Amino acid sequence: MTFQVELVSPEGITYSGEAEMVVARTVDGGDIAFQPGHVPFIGVLAIWSVEVIRPDGGRDTFAVHRGFVQVAGTKVSILSDVSEAAAEIDVDRARAALSVDGDDPQEAEARSRAEVRLRVAGTEA
Amino acid sequence: MAGGRERVLRRRIGSIQNTKKITRAMELIAATRVVKARQLAWAARPYAEQITLVIENLAAGGAEVDHPLLREAERVERVGVIVIASDRGLAGPYNSSVIRAAERQVQNARAEGADYALIVVGKKARDYFAFRRYAIESYTTGISDKPAYDDARVLAETVADMFIGGRVDRVELVYTEFLSLGSQRVTVRRFLPLESTETIATKGRGRAEATAAFEFEPSPEGVLEALLPRYVEARLFGALLEAAASEHANRQRAMKAATDNAEELITKLSREMNRARQDAITTEIMEIVGGAEALGEDAETEELASVGAGDRSPNSRES
Repeated sequence: MTFQVELVSPEGITYSGEAEMVVARTVDGGDIAFQPGHVPFIGVLAIWSVEVIRPDGGRDTFAVHRGFVQVAGTKVSILSDVSEAAAEIDVDRARAALSVDGDDPQEAEARSRAEVRLRVAGTEA
Repeated sequence: MAGGRERVLRRRIGSIQNTKKITRAMELIAATRVVKARQLAWAARPYAEQITLVIENLAAGGAEVDHPLLREAERVERVGVIVIASDRGLAGPYNSSVIRAAERQVQNARAEGADYALIVVGKKARDYFAFRRYAIESYTTGISDKPAYDDARVLAETVADMFIGGRVDRVELVYTEFLSLGSQRVTVRRFLPLESTETIATKGRGRAEATAAFEFEPSPEGVLEALLPRYVEARLFGALLEAAASEHANRQRAMKAATDNAEELITKLSREMNRARQDAITTEIMEIVGGAEALGEDAETEELASVGAGDRSPNSRES
């Protein structure tokens, strides 16, 4: 059984497809996986990746830096104004961002974003 | 001399033809930009709709929070006016009408005994208000042509901070709504404080699955708190995109009118030039004919004179 997954950004629908399972991480709920027939759910996403497992077994991974997930009926919508597909990620820039030191929350956030980018791109820091 | 007039007209026609080429090019550019701006506005819709849908679902789930963005001030001491105009002119009445509507908002605020804070997008609006010595609180340029979401986010954050910090108690948004290619309308919308979630929900399409009990993580209030700033951004982004589409549509129309006028002027001036040329030619012919006739008359009198002489000669012979 599959359901519809959409990644919606203010610039348009950036991804749309069928999936068997979607794995995301909410702000303080930890990882959560959705399968068809999941109860209606709305959650705030943490700075983390979202994985879409396609019916053919392949997976698409996105770095989602801020957003929401809504599960209703047979559809999963991921709303995010900052999300990137694995292929779009600039690995060098993420590495550079990771090496910036600093304690203020903005810099810490930039670092965690860079970490997620590298994770999604498949190259560990 | 008549030839001088013809030369002057020819030069004017040439210059109008150049202007026409420019306005025609601008018209075509604006036409393609309208299409692109409309596509962007169209693409932004699902996101805004989805966010509204989430709010609808939250309202159906009975979530109500005391978020600073929802807080209504008891007394409005300062009104924020966001005005979205363009950086470039030659767009017909586009800038002047949106600026006039914004100025009216400022005057309304004054009439209420409140101060105002102008949040200006676009060079044209800045020029207007700066020239009239209005205080400009914030000015953004370079985004009205082709707004990106990041621009909307930065601006929305500035405005939300002003509102939450109590520096403005109400914010009005003045922009041009894109109804269709042929019709755009200046609109004034309440931007902040936001309507209560119920109002947003009833304004939505009513697609909320009222029967479905949603699970919220971390909590309905937590979701709403994270969602409202995004909702504000999405609304501002939507307004910026509509304004951009309206700007290009207005420019296209203005430039089409300019091209048509240039064409009309060229026809009129060409006629005038042709008449001047014909007049000059007619005058020349008249001069030639006149000259020839004058010469012919001379020859005739000479002939007559010689005939007279001939008549006289037999007499002389007689004498």
